[in-house]
Amino acid sequence: MPEPLFELIDVVKKYDERTVLRVKDLQLDGNKIYAILGPNGAGKSTLLKLLNMLEKPTSGRIIFQGVDLNRAGEAARLRMRRQMCMVLQNTYMFDTSVYQNVAYGLQLRGVRGAELERRVKEALSFVGLSDFGSRRAIKLSGGETQRVALARAVAIRPQVLLLDEPTANLDPDSVALIEKLVRRVHESTGATVLIITHNLFQAQRIADEAILLYNGQVIERAPINQFFTNPQSEITRRFVSGRMVY
Amino acid sequence: MVNTDLLSWLWQFFSQRGGELSGIVGLSLMVSGSAVIIGAVLGVPLGALLGLKKFPGRELLLRIIYTLMSLPPVLAGLVVYLIFARSGPLGFLDILFTPPVMVIAQVLLATPIITALSSAAIAAKEKLAMDTARTLGASERQAAWMVIKEARTGILAGIMTGFGRAFGEVGAVMLVGGNVRYQTRVLTTSIVLETRQGNYEFAIVLGLILLLLSFVVSSVLLKIDDSKLR
Repeated sequence: MPEPLFELIDVVKKYDERTVLRVKDLQLDGNKIYAILGPNGAGKSTLLKLLNMLEKPTSGRIIFQGVDLNRAGEAARLRMRRQMCMVLQNTYMFDTSVYQNVAYGLQLRGVRGAELERRVKEALSFVGLSDFGSRRAIKLSGGETQRVALARAVAIRPQVLLLDEPTANLDPDSVALIEKLVRRVHESTGATVLIITHNLFQAQRIADEAILLYNGQVIERAPINQFFTNPQSEITRRFVSGRMVY
Repeated sequence: MVNTDLLSWLWQFFSQRGGELSGIVGLSLMVSGSAVIIGAVLGVPLGALLGLKKFPGRELLLRIIYTLMSLPPVLAGLVVYLIFARSGPLGFLDILFTPPVMVIAQVLLATPIITALSSAAIAAKEKLAMDTARTLGASERQAAWMVIKEARTGILAGIMTGFGRAFGEVGAVMLVGGNVRYQTRVLTTSIVLETRQGNYEFAIVLGLILLLLSFVVSSVLLKIDDSKLR
């Protein structure tokens, strides 16, 4: 059996005294798209930040590709973080050109010169923004901003792509485009994708598996069809039928 | 229509006092420019530290800096005067009534402003810019540098405000510089002197030059800010 990409064992995350995440055991495999579902405050964003090493768990172990992140030094953690990319819920564009925004992650990885230019152009072309290189990134529309955020991630060619509500507040056309791009990233690079969404239809359209978080705990994790057609937990049944009162 | 009286007055004025005027302008720029450079070298890193890090005593330090932002120039001048007066702790340096001590007085005035505005600009960008840089693979140091770059407009605004404070103040340089002709006389102290002597035209010309130079310096700094979009 192949080694899981991520393994979380007794992971607890607290802010001050408030526990926001408590995961007893969770394994995530490579080359899949996971939809992370749950109401606001369920711990979804915290989970992604822990996986991306933006934050450290209060207790417990997170293992990435067989390496315990608690025991890894700063250099090793940085090396592992550079195999991932996360698109944050509040997408932030650096106040420079679109080109520089996309180039930044590559420059951090030592990509320079013609190779840098080629990969930036390739990434912008991938998201359909080939002519946007010289535009000022903070002046883009919401949909364009999300596409540049995705281009920044695509350019890096990450093994793990973490997306925190990438289609929130976008119009239906932009949502459809982002979904198509996410699937294309996954299919063309084999990247594992974890996408947080409140849109259950979106989860069904793009994910292979769904993970439901509620009150900081994993309630159910199942293949996407089973999750929606034959949920095992009462909480999941209420959630997918829209009967959950938050 | 060009006023020929005005032109002839200006011609006469510059031919008589042009040399002195250029010396005053040069000294003003040298003193305030040096003070702002030193203030930026001290204030921007301190502002970055305050904007990026949480540490014990941070709040107290911020309160002290905010208080010093409104330090009256004449009080700053008095403190520097007492330190560098012959009987003061650094009196042996014998630099009172020289440009270096004027620079020190203006550093006291400019640095808190540069520090506080840099800190606020960096803190405003800290969370999102830092996290975004880290998600793209930046180390802590690289992410901090990116936050500082993102806050550049605010930092430049702080430096410009600091320059304005130093360039336009009169109390401190008057006290520690003494307004000695050809030696420590700067634009603001000249304006005071010329006004007291009833030379209002000269005082107004000096005032206009002061405003023009502030405009030029601000324009240069804003140009630097614009150049970030490459």
